[in-house]
Amino acid sequence: MIKTDILIIGAGPTGLFTVFEAGLLKLKTHLIDALPQPGGQCSEIYPKKPIYDIPGFPEILAGDLVNNLMEQIKPFEPGFTLGERAETIEKLEDDTFLVTTNKGTKHNAPVVAIAGGLGSFEPRKPPIPNITDFEDKGVAYIIRDPEVYRDKRVVIAGGGDSALDWTIFLADVASEVTLVHRRNEFRGALDSVERVAELTKLGKVNLITEAEVKELKGDDHVTCVGIKHKTEGDIHVDTDYFIPLFGLSPKLGPIGDWGLEIEKNAIKVDNSYDYQTNIPGIYAIGDVNTYKGKLKLILSGFHEAAIMCQSAYQRIFPDKKYVMKYTTVGGVEGFDGSKKEAKKEVVKAIV
Amino acid sequence: MSDVTIKIKDREGELHEVQAPTDMAMNLMEVCKAYELPVEGTCGGMAMCASCQCYVLSDHELPEMSQDEDLMLAEAFYVEDNSRLGCQIPITPELDGLEIELAPES
Repeated sequence: MIKTDILIIGAGPTGLFTVFEAGLLKLKTHLIDALPQPGGQCSEIYPKKPIYDIPGFPEILAGDLVNNLMEQIKPFEPGFTLGERAETIEKLEDDTFLVTTNKGTKHNAPVVAIAGGLGSFEPRKPPIPNITDFEDKGVAYIIRDPEVYRDKRVVIAGGGDSALDWTIFLADVASEVTLVHRRNEFRGALDSVERVAELTKLGKVNLITEAEVKELKGDDHVTCVGIKHKTEGDIHVDTDYFIPLFGLSPKLGPIGDWGLEIEKNAIKVDNSYDYQTNIPGIYAIGDVNTYKGKLKLILSGFHEAAIMCQSAYQRIFPDKKYVMKYTTVGGVEGFDGSKKEAKKEVVKAIV
Repeated sequence: MSDVTIKIKDREGELHEVQAPTDMAMNLMEVCKAYELPVEGTCGGMAMCASCQCYVLSDHELPEMSQDEDLMLAEAFYVEDNSRLGCQIPITPELDGLEIELAPES
């Protein structure tokens, strides 16, 4: 069981900055995120896009903002449970919370901060009528262990980076790789597109463009995909696996069933005092919360994280009085033994 | 500046006639959200998520599709010939009377 002071659900910019604010108060943190990497939307959707409204940064790429935050919070040694979705929450007798992920990892903390943005990112499933019947029976939306596909036949669908990257990777692993995409053009990185073209010429990838997978066949496992081609009509490809890679979209998911007050797909915090939800000890910060006057901006999430940590401190140490100190004055003392502080002015008398 | 009227058919088939300002640099996705229609706008308007996909029902002349929008639609689901991303359509006086239908959620 992972134990911490503040369990943060969501490792986007708000969740990451919470680590820093908690660290200043000597509170330990652990983050859970459904994505395999930290950064939330900034990493998953638009890492190469510039953001212009982060105070002090006239322009910063979303991916760089995440890198900077990771650097900033490093001294506070946050724990991470990545690639797992926070599934259930339970209040224990000692007034702490037990949060369990979809993979069974258990986390225990007196304070839970939900910084879940628009929700956890789930793979987008193509609208093929019987696709859910074949999940884990030949259909996979995420490649966890590529060895599963060794010497097997694989059909991949999609036109973005992950479809291209996995096609390239599996070309050397699988016995047969077919890539199906609706267009002739691909959205992925140029060198990946060129590599797929090369592999197609070498006969290592069977590329079918201007086509869409429309049906799946098989008894208890996929054996064949039915593809509709724009001009050539129906094509059938025998396969062992079908891997549609159409990116991810956020869903509020299980958090919606935690007994929290939900309004317009967001968690209601009825004040801007400490961003606590209707369940004491559970806070909601960043894009996932809503209150009168709410602005869904990264900078608002940062502010909410700072306020929320002060309240969390009072919850954890009801008898202590915390005096806020500026980092310029107090420096930053990491849990790793590091210490950052402003240089002392050197005063030298003129003799 | 005057408002334009836009007719939006939601996913239940209900028609909403809404007024949208032409002088606030809004796009169609933002108009839908402003009227609390079920458009997520996950990526905030960067043509990177297709959650604002809609079908254009009237024959208004719309701004040409950028490559970003085109390639995003190449990966979206339920795409038809008249599909567009709402976030890529700025509200201009020419759009008065525009009729659209929200694409299914995916």
